[in-house]
Amino acid sequence: MSAQTLADRGQRLYTAIRGNESWSIGDRIGVGLAWLAGIGLCLIAAGILGYMLVRGVQYLNVSEVFSSPQPGLDQSETGGFLDPIQGTLIVTILGTAIAAPIGVATAVWLTEYGKPRGLARAVESAVEIVAGTPSIVLAIFGLLVFQQGIFSWFSVTGEGATPLGRSFIIAGSLMALIALPLIVGSTREALYSIPRHVREASYALGKDRASTIRRVLLPASRRGIGTGVVLGMGRIVGDTAIVFILLGATLQFEPEGAVPGWDVLKGTGSTLTTYVYQNSPAGEGGSPEKAYAAAFVLLMIVLVLNFGINLITRERQSMWGR
Amino acid sequence: MLSAGLLVLIGFMIVFVFSKAWPSFANNGLAWFGPGGDVDTQLAEIFNSPAESKSYNYTIHVWPMLWSTMLITGGAVILATFISVLSAMFIVEFAPAPVRAVLQPAIRLLAAVPSVIYGLIGLLVIVPFVGNHVITTHQKESVQYVIQLGGSSLIVGIVVLTVMITPIMVAIITDALHSVPRTWTEGAKALGVNRWRALRTVGVRAARPAIVAAAVLATARALGEAIMLSMVAGSSAFAPNPLDGLVFFYEPARTIAATIVDNADGLSVKPFGQTLYAFAAVLLISSAFLSFAGWAARQAMSKYTLGAR
Repeated sequence: MSAQTLADRGQRLYTAIRGNESWSIGDRIGVGLAWLAGIGLCLIAAGILGYMLVRGVQYLNVSEVFSSPQPGLDQSETGGFLDPIQGTLIVTILGTAIAAPIGVATAVWLTEYGKPRGLARAVESAVEIVAGTPSIVLAIFGLLVFQQGIFSWFSVTGEGATPLGRSFIIAGSLMALIALPLIVGSTREALYSIPRHVREASYALGKDRASTIRRVLLPASRRGIGTGVVLGMGRIVGDTAIVFILLGATLQFEPEGAVPGWDVLKGTGSTLTTYVYQNSPAGEGGSPEKAYAAAFVLLMIVLVLNFGINLITRERQSMWGR
Repeated sequence: MLSAGLLVLIGFMIVFVFSKAWPSFANNGLAWFGPGGDVDTQLAEIFNSPAESKSYNYTIHVWPMLWSTMLITGGAVILATFISVLSAMFIVEFAPAPVRAVLQPAIRLLAAVPSVIYGLIGLLVIVPFVGNHVITTHQKESVQYVIQLGGSSLIVGIVVLTVMITPIMVAIITDALHSVPRTWTEGAKALGVNRWRALRTVGVRAARPAIVAAAVLATARALGEAIMLSMVAGSSAFAPNPLDGLVFFYEPARTIAATIVDNADGLSVKPFGQTLYAFAAVLLISSAFLSFAGWAARQAMSKYTLGAR
C-alpha cells in the first residue's frame, strides 16, 4: 500500500468521523454562553479595576495618606487616612505573627505525627469549622471572650474597669483565626508534596524526627508556607466585620494606658476597611470621595499581595525532580 | 499542644455562643424561627426593655431575615453555579491561549477584592442606578404603603454576591475539569461527538462532586457575608414577597449576618446582645452543617478520583 493511498484512507476516515459531528442549536448556544461567561468575568474584573483606578486617581491626594482623620463637617476638614493605614498594618502584622507559628506547627503535627488519630481528625475538622465560620460570628465570639474580667489587660476599659473587649490585640488575635486555616492548608500541601525518600534519607543520616522537620522539611516547604501566609494576609487586610466589632468605631488611634507602644495595641482605632465603610453612605460619614480614595489604597495593597503570591508560586518547579 | 488548644478554642466558641444565645431561644420557643410582626420594631423593643433581668423583653420572630438569607444566598449560589461551570468549561476547552492568559489573573483578582470594596461600588454605583433607572415610578407607587423602594434591593444583593463567590467556584471547578482523565473526553470525541457535548456529557458529569463541593464552599462564604450585604441589600428587615411579581426583586432584604453588623452597637445591652448571639448561633450551626456537607462531597470526590486512575 503506497503512502498516497494510506493518506487518502486517513482523509476519508476523518471526514467520516467529522461528518458525524453535528452542532445542534443547543450546543451552539451552550458554547456561546461559555464564551459570554468567560468574557463577562474578564469585563467585570476590568470594570472594577478601571473604575477604582479612575476614582482613586480622581480623589486621592498624597497629603491624605500622611494625615490623620479629623472630625469635621466639611470634606476639607476631615483629614486623611494615615491612622487607618497604620491600623491595617498593625492588625495584619499581629494576625500573621500569631497565626503563622500556630498554623505551621499544626500542619507539621497533622502531617508528620498525626497521633492519636482521633485527635488529629478532630483538629482537622476544627480547622475546617474555623474556615467555614463567618467572620462576623468569630468577631462577636471574640467580643464575648475578651469581655471577661481576666482579659481586661488586653482591652479598652469602660467605666469601673470593665473591659469592653475592643483593641488592636483582640482584633489581631481574631484575625489570626481567619488566617489560620489558609496557612495550615497550604503548609500541609507543601509537606505532602515532599516525597517519602527525602525523610528517609534524613533518618538514615541519623537525624531524629524533630531535627528532620526543622532542618529538612520546613526549609523545603517554605514556598507553601509563604503562600499560605500571604493568602492569610490578604484575608486579614480585606476583613471588615472583625475590625468593625472589635476595634470600635473610632477612626483615629485612641491609645489606652501609659506604656508606649503597648498603649496603641491596647487602644482602639480603625483600618482601611472600616474607614471605607464608615465613610460610605452606609456608615455615618457621607464622604464617598474619601471612601473611594481609601478603597483605592486598599485595592492596591491587595494587588501587591496577589502579586507576591504569583512571585512565590511561579517558580514552583519541583525540587525533587518530578 | 497547640492543636489541642485550637480544639479547646472551638469547643469554647460553640459553648459560649450557645449559652449566651439560649435565653433568646428559650423565651420564644419555635416561634423564634417563625414569621410575625416587624423585626426592627421587635429589636427596638428588646433594646429598650427594662433593666431588671426578670422583665427582659425577648420577643422576636426572625422569619423575614431567614427568608432573606435563603433568597439571597440561594439566588447567588444558583446563579454563580451556572456562571462558574460555564466559565470553567470556557477556560478548559474553548478559550484561546491569550484570552485564558487574561482570564485567570482576572478571576484571581475578583477573588481577592475585599468585600467592602464590592459593597462600596454596589452602594455608590449599582444601587443608585437601579433606584433611578430600573425601578419605574409605577412600581414604586405600587408598594409605597408597605415599603419604600430605593434601589438597595434583593436583586442587587444577589448580583454583587454572585460576583463575589463565582471566582472561588471557578477555581475549584477548573481544577476538577483538568483532572478528568483526558482519555475520557478524547474517547467521546473519537466517537464523533463535538467538543461541547464531550465536555458537557463526560467532563462536567465526572466533575459533579467538585461542583457540589464548590457550591457548598460558596454557600458558606455567602452566608457569612455581612458588611457588603448590609451596604447593598437594603437595611430593613423586610421579607420580600414573591406575590408582588417583578417588584419582588426590587424589595429590600437583610440577611442574618448583615443584621448582626447593623445592630452591633447594641451588643452591650444584655437581652439585645443575647438576641444577636442567637443569630450568630444560627449562622454557626449552618456553617458547621455546611462544612460537614463539604466533607461528604469531598469523600465522594476522592472515591471518584481513586476509581478513575
